[in-house]
Amino acid sequence: MNSTLNELYQEVILDHNRKPRNFREIAEPTASSEGFNPLCGDQLHLYVKMNDIGIIEDVSFVGSGCAISKASASMLTTAVKGKTVAEARLMFDEFHRLVMGELNPDGENHLGRLKVFAGVSEFPARVKCASLAWHTLSGALDGVDRVSTE
Amino acid sequence: MATVSNQVDTAATTAATKIDSERIRADFPVLETVVNGNRLVYLDSAATSHKPMAVVDRLARFMSHENATVRRGVHYLSERATFAHDQARSKVAAFIGAGDPRQVIFTRGTTDSINLVAAGFERSILKPGDEVLITHMEHHANIVPWQMACERSGAKLVVAPITEAGELDLEALEAEMSERTRIVAVTHVSNALGTINPVKAIIEMAHARGIPVLVDGAQAVPHMKVDVGDLGCDFYAFSGHKMLGPTGIGVLFGTTEWLERLPPYQGGGDMILSVTFEKTVYNVIPHKFEAGTPAIAEAIGLGAAIDYMNAIGLDAISAHEHDLLEYATAQLGAIEGVRLIGTAREKAAVVSFTVEGIHPHDIGTILDQDGIAIRVGHHCAQPVMQFYGVPATARASFAVYNTRAEVDALVTGVQKCIEVFR
Repeated sequence: MNSTLNELYQEVILDHNRKPRNFREIAEPTASSEGFNPLCGDQLHLYVKMNDIGIIEDVSFVGSGCAISKASASMLTTAVKGKTVAEARLMFDEFHRLVMGELNPDGENHLGRLKVFAGVSEFPARVKCASLAWHTLSGALDGVDRVSTE
Repeated sequence: MATVSNQVDTAATTAATKIDSERIRADFPVLETVVNGNRLVYLDSAATSHKPMAVVDRLARFMSHENATVRRGVHYLSERATFAHDQARSKVAAFIGAGDPRQVIFTRGTTDSINLVAAGFERSILKPGDEVLITHMEHHANIVPWQMACERSGAKLVVAPITEAGELDLEALEAEMSERTRIVAVTHVSNALGTINPVKAIIEMAHARGIPVLVDGAQAVPHMKVDVGDLGCDFYAFSGHKMLGPTGIGVLFGTTEWLERLPPYQGGGDMILSVTFEKTVYNVIPHKFEAGTPAIAEAIGLGAAIDYMNAIGLDAISAHEHDLLEYATAQLGAIEGVRLIGTAREKAAVVSFTVEGIHPHDIGTILDQDGIAIRVGHHCAQPVMQFYGVPATARASFAVYNTRAEVDALVTGVQKCIEVFR
């Protein structure tokens, strides 16, 4: 495998693809949204449960998609759990800039393990795969029940 | 061996039964593209085919030396353009066995052709309670226009089932033909599965009940001899860009009776005989359906594509592609974890597949790293994906310029995907 492919399909991404975390529904979510990538048919449903003081207490997803979109959704759930809405939105902004190649992963940021997605910027056709879950989270937080990457 | 006319590129030989790949490939400079350090392996011709230099040169010659609009002016260039445009229409008619060039409507493509018929049926045929019969293996282009026509007219969309192999169940299809069925719209070759449907038998079945039939031929005309007269269809739709021609040009064949019966599609210049504010008298066919300045260069380019295909010979093209299909089916089918989607007895050169545990998009990206271009996704046939319980498939499709060596590259690429995800 060449190095660009290695960058994209890192072991941690393959692992989240094989064993997605928080891959389940939440019975009574505070917010939820459905995300579509009409270009490729990827589809996921994202659920958020917030507590009284605006902290994301639980977050989960179900749906189908490629390794990149599934791993991204899985890692999103582990990353934003316990965060405030404002913190989650900041992470989305940074994540988006990361996959667009506009953010230096080694600089100061709040991405933590999400930095493994830096390799996506080499694959413009896959940026939407990586960001679908984040767009869907953003939709859920904004009260939009359907989000499309187109 | 007969020599070819100077209109047609040299690779084409009229008497050939076997394809000379090297000579054919030389007509398609795009095949020399290097992707990530590898020679391009283009296996996405069912999405769009490449264009031989004969077509590119014809387009360039028209635009650089012959450009004028058609059926407008009395000047030299306009008359020449009109002649060339008419000639392209005659070439199309001869190519598909239409008895009269006036039965050939130039459109933007298959989608546009089907929309034209669906809109005509909606306006003049369909009543509440009527039925439109399609099949489960249609491309969205042969679903959505009918869905829209049904929604507006109060008619009902009826869908005939397919079998696990991806074939039509003819008995079930026949059972769905009712007294209220106003049209059957069926694909000749499935873009997602490769299935070649027995459209002639379906047309006979429908005609026995007085039901007209539209055939979506987008994936058939590029790969096999199609004779609309022999088939007996009422409408036949296809695109230029999948048959070595330009984008933006397509064809709707219709019987004279139906084309005269249906109302115009769009209004504008060229589709009229006379206009006053009180009343417009529509033009005769085919012009009634061709409002506005048409895609002139593209139609002439399509004519050049037909010349090119004729010079190679449809039989030779079909045989070559069938060899690639059989080879790819055997090679891919032998890989553990590969599931072939669409295993009909009669197939065109399309191999749809999934690999256990790997999403098709990831396959597409990994193959692309080696310069191998395939289509991944739902192929604008989401009901087919739903039938097989998959969100998407990977699809390799072959054209006259492909080789067995390219199939080998595909197989190696798929094995590499399995390694990456192991």
